[in-house]
Amino acid sequence: MSATRPLHLSAEIGGPAHYDAAHYVSLARLAERGTLDFVTLSDTFARPGPDALAVLSRVAPATERIGLVPTVTTTHTEPFHVSAAVATLDWVSRGRAGWAVDVSTTEAEALLFGRRPAAPGDELWHEAREVADVAAKLWDSWEDDAEIRDTSTGRFIDRDKLHYVDFEGRTFSVRGPSIVPRPPQGHPVTVIDATSGAARAAAVRHADVALVRADDPTTARAVREEIRDRARAHGRDPDRLRVLAVLPVELHTTADAVGLAGLIGEWYEEGAADGLHLLPTDVERDLGFVVDGTVPLLQHRGLLRRFYPGATLREHLGLARPVNQYALAGEGS
Amino acid sequence: MTEKKQIHLAAHFPGVNSTTVWTDPRSRSQIDFSSFEQLARTAERGKFDFFFLAEGLRLREHKGLIHDLDVVGRPESITVLNALAAVTERLGLAATVNATFNEPYELARRLATLDHLSGGRAAWNVVTSSDAFTGENFRRGGYLDRADRYTRAAEFVDTARELWDSWTPDGAPRPVSHDGRHFSVRGEFTVPRSPQGHPVVIQAGDSDEGREFAAASADVIFTRHGTLEAGRVFYADVKARLAAYGREPSDLKIMPGVTFVLGDTAADAQERAAEIRRQQVSPQNAILALEQIWGRDLSAYDPDGPLPDIDPDPESELVQGRVKIADPFAIAAKWRALAEAKGLSIRQTVIETTTRQSFVGTPQAVADELDEFVQTGAADGFILVPHLTPGGLDEFVDQVVPLLQERGAFRTEYTGTTLRSHLGLAEPVWKG
Repeated sequence: MSATRPLHLSAEIGGPAHYDAAHYVSLARLAERGTLDFVTLSDTFARPGPDALAVLSRVAPATERIGLVPTVTTTHTEPFHVSAAVATLDWVSRGRAGWAVDVSTTEAEALLFGRRPAAPGDELWHEAREVADVAAKLWDSWEDDAEIRDTSTGRFIDRDKLHYVDFEGRTFSVRGPSIVPRPPQGHPVTVIDATSGAARAAAVRHADVALVRADDPTTARAVREEIRDRARAHGRDPDRLRVLAVLPVELHTTADAVGLAGLIGEWYEEGAADGLHLLPTDVERDLGFVVDGTVPLLQHRGLLRRFYPGATLREHLGLARPVNQYALAGEGS
Repeated sequence: MTEKKQIHLAAHFPGVNSTTVWTDPRSRSQIDFSSFEQLARTAERGKFDFFFLAEGLRLREHKGLIHDLDVVGRPESITVLNALAAVTERLGLAATVNATFNEPYELARRLATLDHLSGGRAAWNVVTSSDAFTGENFRRGGYLDRADRYTRAAEFVDTARELWDSWTPDGAPRPVSHDGRHFSVRGEFTVPRSPQGHPVVIQAGDSDEGREFAAASADVIFTRHGTLEAGRVFYADVKARLAAYGREPSDLKIMPGVTFVLGDTAADAQERAAEIRRQQVSPQNAILALEQIWGRDLSAYDPDGPLPDIDPDPESELVQGRVKIADPFAIAAKWRALAEAKGLSIRQTVIETTTRQSFVGTPQAVADELDEFVQTGAADGFILVPHLTPGGLDEFVDQVVPLLQERGAFRTEYTGTTLRSHLGLAEPVWKG
């Protein structure tokens, strides 16, 4: 019998720095063969490695279904550019983009920019919340049907369907509207690692996917409930939020892959999370075992789908395309 | 046999101004990736040097409202180019990115990443901007003194190059310590030296400071001088500035942005060119063009009627996000004289004064003219701006490129893999 509640599986494909496209394309294709919902590629200014959003843009035309979620930091970057780049990843991947929001807390990173001193995580996550907020506003700043191409009046757009966002944050302000029309998914998927308290406060407000860390299914279930409750308290429907448990994996043999399938099954049956986000130790080796060993077993047990029924990352995750906040406001007036 | 001077060609994705005709039934999306892919593949089929994307940081406004008569909206350039690197193999990939609303560390990293992921095909068109209007979308806010635009841009490029040079040849990062007037950057770069060493730097300003900046720092200059005479003057001026920086004339390629219209006969091409200008200047766009000069609301005027009697308002804040008109009175006087002499309506006057397409004629005539520009020192090549998305380059690639190849003025195959090799630019010396 097929599962009533789908199991979501995703994986990180970062590791020691690679700078050639082929490395990332082959990993993303491998994950796609395993019908994973998405891959993440972590990023930081603090260690060697290429720009993750650039890498996954390069991967996009070389893949067809897999969701693409680069880490994008909000501390030393421009919110307007961040929003435009994530929206553009959604355009070039035809609706498969997400972004994993993160902050840059170190003194070393602050010195690379020389613009502001290092700040505590709490403060930076508050700013990250504002960036997530303004990014969503900018994605909504074009209504879906703003482009009209009306030859009779000579108008390319209906400017009443474009909106200033007039966002005033503690550390920045943005006037808007976006330069980029509303992306295919409406909002690309926002992923937040909700491990730290400040990050969790951001996740309950803004995440479509919250990543949590727990040693056992019971703890994970409690964290999931907490996140859902808090999301509800912020006026959100908790069923429009996926909580994935981060699972570090190290697979050396087929037996390890079988063991992982058993473990994932247990977490699933305990209702620990909506799915698992796998963190490989050696990504090429471990992901190979996951796709060729673990995934077929999960599929055989009816826990995991055998193909992608949808085209966008939101469809993989079972998350509806968000209603445009400005279009709603317009209808109310 | 002496080698003929080679023409360099680039393809500009149609922009968000009235040059781009969106009312044509063949016009497709300005935002779907398929449009970018199609135009880039066409350029690569034509063995072009590079593909060029402009940048937008704030939607244009007119009379305090978002301008709605031209194409509006575009994707973020570097992200699109990374995706295009997956569907092209040799074509150079140039992004316009503003030096005022970015920081060197992040942008240098994004450009170096594009250069790695594309196997050495990245270029950066450095533009500067200082208006408070655009600044309202950014942390650093509005204002940068006009005089500081190029000093900031020059220091930006220098800092980026320090970062690009910072890893050792055997792949170890070395700390960078830049402490300048505009930027302080300390620490290690996250990306090793990229295939081109430095992505190609393009400069697009035409002011004296802009020319000097290009002579000192750029590999390519994107100019507006699309006529033979103006081109020669500009070419001689810029090339003469290079020696002061210890550079050879061939170290900086001069590429005017140009438009073209082809036809089976000269008359046919002229007719098509006139029709395209009529498409570019809709009745609404004619009034808007007039308002940009006059700085006044002229919406009550009939585009098919005569020009207004009232004079321009030189202090006008009517138009935002466009270059200011320097002397509106002089232009208004010229337009009135023209309209009177030929008995033209507002729309006819605007069509008449709209910049003519740079090259209009049979494929043979256009090929001859392009070659003459390059062989007689008016340009090193051209950045072609088609008026249609995404098919606007098809005729040129199918009909003009073979003629340029026949006369030995343009490559028949790519001989190298990097944009620097297409442009005949040396790999930069690895400093540090």
